[in-house]
Amino acid sequence: MDAFEILFTASLWAAAIRIASPLIFGTLGELICERAGVLNLGIEGIMTAGAFAGWLTVFLGGDLWLGVVVAAIVGASLGLLHGFLVVPLGLSQHVTGIGITLLATSLSYYFYRLIFPSVTSPPKIEPFQPWPVPVVSDIPVIGEALFTQTPLTYLAFAAVLFVAWLLNKTPLGLAIRTVGENPSAAEAQGINVTGVRIGAVMLGSAFMGIGGSFITLSAFNSFFFEMMNGRGWICVALVVFGSWRPGKALAGALLFGAFDAYQLRLQQLAGAYVPYQVFLMLPFILSIIALIIMSRRAAYPRALMVPYRKGER
Amino acid sequence: MRLEPREQRPLAIVIAYPCLALLASMLFCAFLVMLSGASPLSVFGLMVKGAVGTKFAFLETLTRATPLIFTGLAAAVAFRAKLWNIGGEAQLYIGAVMTVVLGTGLLPLPQAFLIPVLMAAAMLGGALVLAVPTFLKTRFGVDEVVTTLLLNFIVILFVSMLLEGVLKDPTGLGWPQSKKIIAEGQLPRLVQGKRLHFGFAIAIAAAIAVWLIDRKSALGFEMRAVGHSPKAASFAGIPVNRVLAKTALLSGGLAGLAGMSEVSGLKGNLTLDLSPGFGYTGIVVAMLALLHPLGVIAAAIFVAAVFVGADAMSRTAGVPSYIAHVMVATSLLTMVTAIMLTSYRVRWR
Repeated sequence: MDAFEILFTASLWAAAIRIASPLIFGTLGELICERAGVLNLGIEGIMTAGAFAGWLTVFLGGDLWLGVVVAAIVGASLGLLHGFLVVPLGLSQHVTGIGITLLATSLSYYFYRLIFPSVTSPPKIEPFQPWPVPVVSDIPVIGEALFTQTPLTYLAFAAVLFVAWLLNKTPLGLAIRTVGENPSAAEAQGINVTGVRIGAVMLGSAFMGIGGSFITLSAFNSFFFEMMNGRGWICVALVVFGSWRPGKALAGALLFGAFDAYQLRLQQLAGAYVPYQVFLMLPFILSIIALIIMSRRAAYPRALMVPYRKGER
Repeated sequence: MRLEPREQRPLAIVIAYPCLALLASMLFCAFLVMLSGASPLSVFGLMVKGAVGTKFAFLETLTRATPLIFTGLAAAVAFRAKLWNIGGEAQLYIGAVMTVVLGTGLLPLPQAFLIPVLMAAAMLGGALVLAVPTFLKTRFGVDEVVTTLLLNFIVILFVSMLLEGVLKDPTGLGWPQSKKIIAEGQLPRLVQGKRLHFGFAIAIAAAIAVWLIDRKSALGFEMRAVGHSPKAASFAGIPVNRVLAKTALLSGGLAGLAGMSEVSGLKGNLTLDLSPGFGYTGIVVAMLALLHPLGVIAAAIFVAAVFVGADAMSRTAGVPSYIAHVMVATSLLTMVTAIMLTSYRVRWR
């Protein structure tokens, strides 16, 4: 099979959507935080904690869906901590976010080692199985790629619709957008800026936690160190690429997934001539290029990273 | 609840709050230790003993502090100008690459020449790595946080490629490692028969140099002005982009030196596990030091002591050594909170 023919295989597109799924959750989560004016660099750690907490729940006998719920709760709790530190206390969002990532990652690793002091191979769970959607999954290529995924992937697509609806069609969404653009105006309308911002960071972080749990409950069946491998940072880049809009963020994540799936297959094809590291670098390089292209006309939420203190200008 | 700026900052508060912050971090970790069934007091005792209890332990702590002083200075210099350099890890590795490219026999120079050349090359390498995101920031408005973070992953893969390719030691039994630095390129030991090396002295000198730049030079003033408010600095006639570029070269260069010092002073060659996250830990060091160059020395020794102590404790008490990472991360969060509270008071209303 040559490099061009690969593009028409169902397995490539199925893999693209699979790779995109955790990124969709993470990107939506970061997007909600940033639309409310809060940069959340805790994402890498929150996804790691979600991956660990979700996996541990299932390993200890919980249901897979309970694992997802626990991952969301752990994410929201870390979001509450980040929100409390940067919204009412007004600490640097960069430094606090990095701190949350270091804390969430090290706590996950600490508890993993505490519970499994000396395991040679990582303990396994029974992960989510694909749910082929009746009828449509029989459509050649497209059906196979889109409709033979695991349930968390369908949930990711539903989440895009939910976030778009929430932000654009509901009073709460309007409040979130207003505190991210013009907090003083929001305050004048009787909106509790601090409360809405913290709530948005918690909701966004819950999405990040679910995104992390996709890695251990759907993509793989065990937890190991360094498994998030920069996915959180890529989500931060995808938010800029998607101009802070859920639909465009979905497109960005899918494009990224397609590219990553394609490079994995090219690696098998051209691995003898090109070092594999070059292929592994490509997703990160692609993210930087995407940022360069999009940053020029980026319409940042105007109050992003600006702490709000009542009565202060 | 709201915050109100303090009119004055009593010395008692400025001293007490950071101490309370470290205490809070210790209490949280004590709780985690209790979950493991061990006694927090004996665990902390073992950590202190393992970090500073013997001459060997203390020298080991200083050895571990050496790269952290460099990466801590790198973060402090950049953060002062509000250049968010999260890419210390990448700059460190490129500094190390430059060291092994030139120091494994390519330049047959005597030690007095080769070591300064290696240092300069490592600084140049690290500086160039940070120059790219800084250029993208000033030219295209690309956020440097994300680009420096992504570059960490790109550079590690690049180093892995070099170590399995052109830089691979043919006598290394197939391991992805570089050749050894020649004797003339190795930093001498500071204490006979111990691991502490001359890199520690260079790190102290670097901290003093950065402090002098910060206090006595025009660049130091400009960097602080840009960090305080780029708009005001620009209005006052300070060339903001040029100052940011100089800051990037200095910050990246310092992180590059960390790589040179580790390779040439401690490890002797380059492997993929050269840095267990020194670049990221440097950020914590810089924050604990309140971004003060001389404070970085103390903060780096403290953080190194936590890591070395936890390693020793973990071997005997069986509590996972990741407790050190938790302690460092919580110290960062409690410390930035405490620092804020020294200039604001909380009003409950």
